[in-house]
Amino acid sequence: MIPGSFSYHRPTTLVDAVKLLWTLGDEARPLAGGHSLVPMMKLRLATPEHLVDLHGIADLKGIRRDGSKVLIGAMTTQHDLLASDEVARSIPILHEAALLIADPQVRYRGTVGGNVANGDPGNDMPALMMTLGATYRLEGPDGGREVAAADYYQGAYFTAIEPGELLASISIPVPPAGHGFAYEKLKRKVGDYATAAAAVVLTMSGGKVATCTIGLTNLSETPLLADAAAKEVIGTGLDAATLKKAAAAAEAIMAPAADARGPIEYRKHVGGIMVTRALQRAAANAA
Amino acid sequence: MNDMTPTREQRTAALEGMGCKRKRVEDIRFTQGKGNYVDDVKLPGMLHGDFVRSPHPHARVKSIDDSEALKVPGVLAVITAETLKTVNLAWMPTLAGDVQMVLADGKVLFQNQEVAFVVATDRYAADDGINKVKVEYEPLPPLVDPFKSMDPNAPVLREDLAGKTSGAHGPRKHHNHIFEWTVGDKELTDAAFNKAEVTIKEMISYHRTHPSPLETCQCVCSFDKIKGELTIWGTFQAPHVIRTVVALIAKLPEQKIHVIAPDIGGGFGNKVGAYPGYICAAVASIVTGKPVKWVEDRIENLTATSFARDYHMTTEIAATKEGKVTGLRVHVLADHGAFDACADPSKWPAGFFNIVTGSYDFPTAHLAVDGVYTNKAPGGVAYRCSFRVTEAAYCIERAMDILAQKLGMDPAELRLKNFIKPEQFPYHSALGWEYDSGDYGTAMRKAMETVKYAELRKEQEQMRAAFKRGETREIMGIGVSFFTEIVGAGPSKNCDILGIAMFDSCEIRMHPTGAGIARMGTKSQGQGHETTWAQIIATEIGIPADNIMVEEGNTDTAPYGLGTYGSRSTPVAGAAIAMAARKIRAKAQMIAAYKLEVHEDDLEWDIDGFRVKGLPGKFMSMKDICWAAYNSVPPGMEPGLEAVSYYDPPNMTYPFGAYICVMTIDVDTGVYKVRRFYALDDCGTRINPMIIEGQVHGGLTEAFAIAMGQEIRYDAEGNVVTGSFMDFFMPTAVETPHWETDFTVTPSPHHPIGAKGVGESPNVGGVPAFSNAVNDAFSFLGSTHIQMPHDFWRNWAAAKSLGVFASA
Amino acid sequence: MAKTHITMQVNGAEVEGLVEPRTLLVHFIRENLQMTGTHIGCETTHCGACTVDIDGMSVKSCTMFAVQANGSDITTIEGMANPDGSLSALQEGFRMMHGLQCGFCTPGMIMRAQRLLKENPSPTEQEIRMGISGNICRCTGYQNIVKAIQYAAAKINGVEFREAAE
Repeated sequence: MIPGSFSYHRPTTLVDAVKLLWTLGDEARPLAGGHSLVPMMKLRLATPEHLVDLHGIADLKGIRRDGSKVLIGAMTTQHDLLASDEVARSIPILHEAALLIADPQVRYRGTVGGNVANGDPGNDMPALMMTLGATYRLEGPDGGREVAAADYYQGAYFTAIEPGELLASISIPVPPAGHGFAYEKLKRKVGDYATAAAAVVLTMSGGKVATCTIGLTNLSETPLLADAAAKEVIGTGLDAATLKKAAAAAEAIMAPAADARGPIEYRKHVGGIMVTRALQRAAANAA
Repeated sequence: MNDMTPTREQRTAALEGMGCKRKRVEDIRFTQGKGNYVDDVKLPGMLHGDFVRSPHPHARVKSIDDSEALKVPGVLAVITAETLKTVNLAWMPTLAGDVQMVLADGKVLFQNQEVAFVVATDRYAADDGINKVKVEYEPLPPLVDPFKSMDPNAPVLREDLAGKTSGAHGPRKHHNHIFEWTVGDKELTDAAFNKAEVTIKEMISYHRTHPSPLETCQCVCSFDKIKGELTIWGTFQAPHVIRTVVALIAKLPEQKIHVIAPDIGGGFGNKVGAYPGYICAAVASIVTGKPVKWVEDRIENLTATSFARDYHMTTEIAATKEGKVTGLRVHVLADHGAFDACADPSKWPAGFFNIVTGSYDFPTAHLAVDGVYTNKAPGGVAYRCSFRVTEAAYCIERAMDILAQKLGMDPAELRLKNFIKPEQFPYHSALGWEYDSGDYGTAMRKAMETVKYAELRKEQEQMRAAFKRGETREIMGIGVSFFTEIVGAGPSKNCDILGIAMFDSCEIRMHPTGAGIARMGTKSQGQGHETTWAQIIATEIGIPADNIMVEEGNTDTAPYGLGTYGSRSTPVAGAAIAMAARKIRAKAQMIAAYKLEVHEDDLEWDIDGFRVKGLPGKFMSMKDICWAAYNSVPPGMEPGLEAVSYYDPPNMTYPFGAYICVMTIDVDTGVYKVRRFYALDDCGTRINPMIIEGQVHGGLTEAFAIAMGQEIRYDAEGNVVTGSFMDFFMPTAVETPHWETDFTVTPSPHHPIGAKGVGESPNVGGVPAFSNAVNDAFSFLGSTHIQMPHDFWRNWAAAKSLGVFASA
Repeated sequence: MAKTHITMQVNGAEVEGLVEPRTLLVHFIRENLQMTGTHIGCETTHCGACTVDIDGMSVKSCTMFAVQANGSDITTIEGMANPDGSLSALQEGFRMMHGLQCGFCTPGMIMRAQRLLKENPSPTEQEIRMGISGNICRCTGYQNIVKAIQYAAAKINGVEFREAAE
C-alpha cells in the first residue's frame, strides 16, 4: 500500500494554487486533509502526477462572521469547527455533525472543504451545507464564482467544479435565533460512513413548524434535500401521522446502494427513521 | 527475632509469585516504543518483497510478463511458480495434510491469491514493481457457496487432486470434498432420537471471520551463502515448528536454520500457520544473497492469511419432556477455502470439535464433519480458541437455548438440569474426552445470583408486554452461555503437528547471585509470559520474580516447544516450568542439607528456602543455595543449578465459565445496546489475576465483534467485500461494552500447579452469550434461530421477518 | 523521482532527510529516523497505531507525506518519557492499569491520550472513549486503557486516583 510517484507543490497563495492546477491540468490534484485522497493513492486507485498541497495558503483557513453569514475557509479542519465558538453559537448543527465525522485524529487533518468538495456521497458536510443553504466560492483561472451547495452535486464524485477550479470558502447564512436543529446519523462504528443520516433545521411558531429544511446523507449518489418531506411538516405540530408522511416522502427520493451497511430496503427504512428522529429532536430544541 | 526480620507474608509478597497481580515487565519497553517487532528488524542491504495478487477468485493463469516490472528502478527479481519449481517449492505442505500453492501454478483459486513475488531495494520500489507485472487470466466459474461444493456439476477447483479418491483423512466423496470425519456411536444415537419425547433440529452457522491482530504477518529472511545458514525473524506463534517445517521442505539441515520470533503484535491464531510470504522471502534471500523482508498489508492479511470458522452445523438434540438430554447429533459442513490449511493438530481434521457435547451429560452423541473446497482463502485457524472449540461451544450453547424454548423452560434452568455433576469427574464424554474437573452448578448459580437473573427475567416479561401494547420499540434479550473449553494440546497420544508430539518445555538456569533465566518453547504475543512464567518459578523456588528473566522465541537458545496457541501455554508450558523448577529445588535441597549438615529428609521448604524441621533458626535461603551451587556442592555432585523439563501432559485441561449478556435492541433500526455483560471464568489456579482479567476483557471484545458483525464476506462472484477495517467490524472504545469479570477456582487435578489456561475462554463463551441474547430478545416474537453476525441491518431484517412492521 | 530536503523537530531534536514526495511520514520516522516505536497497523487511517503529535495535533502518520511535515514539531512515543528517563504519567498508567498486552497499539494510544489530556485534563469515561476512538486495540477491550488514562489524569492533576468500582 504505497502511493505512486508524484511531484509535490506547495503554493502559498490561492492565485498560485489555481494557476498550478490550471497549468498542470488533469494530472494534478489538490491535497487538503488527505484522508480521502491518500488512501486512494496507496491503493493506486488514484495516481496523480502532481499534488498541490493547500496547507501553505493561510487565506484558506479560518472561520469568521460576516454580517448575517458565517464564512468558513476551505482548509478549516473539522477540529477547528469544533473549537469555534462562532460555530457553536450560530450554527450548532455543524458542531454536532463534526463530532460524528470520522475520529479525533482525522478531524485534526480533515477539512471542511475536502469534505464538501469531492462529491463523495458518504461525506456528512454536503447534506448539511445544502440544508443550511450554503454557497461555495470557487476560484478558477478566469476568476471566482459562487455556486449554491444545492446546485453543486451532480453524481457520485461528480460536481459542478470545473477543471482548474478550487473551492476557496463556504458561506453559510446564519439560521434564525431559536431555530431547532438535529443531525441524526446511523453508523456501524466510529469512522464509518452513515448507513443513513438526516439533517434538520427548522423554526417553530406557536407549537407548529414554521420553516423546515431536511437534508439526507449517503442515501443516494448525491446528498439530497427532502423538500417534499419538509413541506409535509410545515404548519404541523409533528404529530405521528405527519411524521409518518414526512418519512415516507423522504424515503421516496432515497436511492441508496446495497452494501455492507445493509440492503437498499433497510437503508431507506432507517433513512426515514433518521428523518423522523431529527425532526422530533429539532422541534424539541427549538425555542 | 528483631523488628527487621520480614514476616512470612512479607517474604511471600517479596517473591511476587503465583496469585500476585504483578505488573508486567514487558510494559517498560512497550510503553516507550522500544519493543522489537519484525518490521523493526533492519539489516544491511535488506531488500523488500511484495506480492502480485489475483483479482479473480477462480481463473487460469495464461501468462505472467515481468519485463516491465524488471525495468522499474530498484526492482531486482520477480519470482513466480516457475522460479519456485526449480527448488521444488511451488507448493508447500499444510498443517492439515493438504498441499497449497506458494505462488499460482497454472490457476488461481481465491481472490488475492499470491501470483508473483517482486523483490526490490525498498518497499516503495517493490510496490511500483507489482503494478507493472502483467498477468493474463482466463476467468473460470467461481464456487462460493459451500453447500454447492459437492453438487454433481460443481466446478473442479483442485486439478492437482484429480483422480485422488482419498486424502490425508480418508476417502473423498467428490472432487471438491476434502474429508469426512465421524465420532461417536451412530446406532445408539439414532436409537435415542427414535425414542425421544422431544427433539430439536436447527442449522446453526458460524460465519467466516478473521483474527486480524494489529500487527500483520511478516518476516525477514537472511541466507548466509558462505555458512549455508538461514536466519528467519518472523511473527511466529510456534517458532520451533517453523524451523522444522523449513528444514523438511527446504531440505536444509535443521541446525543451520535459526528462527527468531521477536516481540509479536498480537496473534490470536493468525500467526500459527506457514504462509507463502515466508517461503518467498526465504527463496528470494537465497537467490539474491541478501536479507529480504516481507510485510503483509492489512488487506492482504484479511483476505489471504488465515480465516477462522466458516462452520455450518446442523444440530439435533433429543430430550425427555422434563428436559433431560438423551442424545446429540451434529453434522458439520466445513468450508475450508481453496486449500485445507487448518492449523489443527495433524490427526484432527475438525480440531477438537467433538467437545460439542459441552458441559452436559449426554449419554450418547454422534458427529460427522464434511470438509469441502471453495474459491476462498485457505486457513481455518483457531481465532482465540482451541481448535474449533468455539464453533462447538456456539453450536451446543445455541442448541440448548433452542431446546429450552421448545420445552418452555428457562435456558439457565435447562443447563442446571443437564450439567455434568461434580462427582462425575473425571468425566468421560460420549464423544471421547475425559474432562478433568469442574463444578458447573456452583459457577452457574453464582453468575445468576450476581446479575439477579430472576429479576432480569421479570423485567423482560414487562418489557415484552409493553412492546406488545405498542409502548416501546425496544426488546430485551438475556443471553446465557455456559461453556467448557478443552485446551492444553496436548497429550502426545492425541496430538501432534506433522508428527511432532505436542509437548512443551522449559529450561531454567540459576546464576550464583540468586538470579536466573528461564527459556521456553512458547511464544507470547501479548499474554505477558515474561511476567507470569517468572511468577511460577518464584513460588516454586523462592527467588523473586524480578530476579528471573524469561526468554522466548529464539530456537537456538530455547528448548524445543510447540508454541503458543489454543490456550496451551499455561496447561503445557506452565507445567514444564513447575517441573523444571522442582528439579532445581530438589538439587537445592541436597545442597542445603549438605551445608546445614542434616539429612535431606530433615529439611522442609519454607517460602524462599529450606529450614531444618523443628529448628526454626537453621535456615538456608534459595539465594544462598544458588551461590553454594557454584562453589561448595556436596562431594560427587556436579556444580551448577539448572534444569530442563519437557512436559507431555497426561490429559487436556477443561476450563469453564458462565457468561450472561443483557441486551436491548431497537427493532426499527436493529441497533443494539449491551446493557450488561458478566463473565465468570474458572481456569483453575490463577497465576496473575490482573493478566487473567485482561485476557478476559480482550477475548470478550473479540467475541462481541464476531457475534455482532465481524465477518469475512464474499459476494456471489467470489469477491471479498470486507477487506479493510472500514467494512471488517473492528470495534473502537466507543462501541465496546463494559465488562464485569468474576471467577471460581476448580484446579486441574493432573496439572502440577492446577492451572487450566484462560486466554481463549472469553471468545469461546462470549460468542454464544451475545448470540443467545439476540435470539432470546426475538424469541417471544416466534423465532427459534437467527444466524450470526447480528449487525444492525440483520437485526432489523429479523424483526421484519417476524412481522414487527406488519401493522405499522 | 527527485528527492526533497526536509527538516523538522522530532522529540526536541532537529532532524533532516532527503525524501521522495510520496514518502509517508510514518516511513520517514521508522526508516530514515530509525525510530520504530511508531507502528503501522491498517494503512487505511482506521487503527491509529501510527499516531504521532504534530504541532499540537494527533495525526495518523500513515496518511500524511513526510514533505508535508517539513518545518513542523513532532513528538513520537520515543519522546514521551520524563526528562530523567522515568516513565511519564501516561506510560506509568498504562503499566499500572494493565492497559496494554501485545504493545503494538500502545505507542499510538499513548500519543493520542497525551493530546487528549492536554485538551481535556479531566475527561469523563465517555470523553476518553470518544477521545481514543481513532485507535484500535485488539487485546485489551479498552477498559483498562480507559483506566490507564484516568490514572494519568489524576496523577497529572495531583489528585488521588480511585479505580472505578467494578
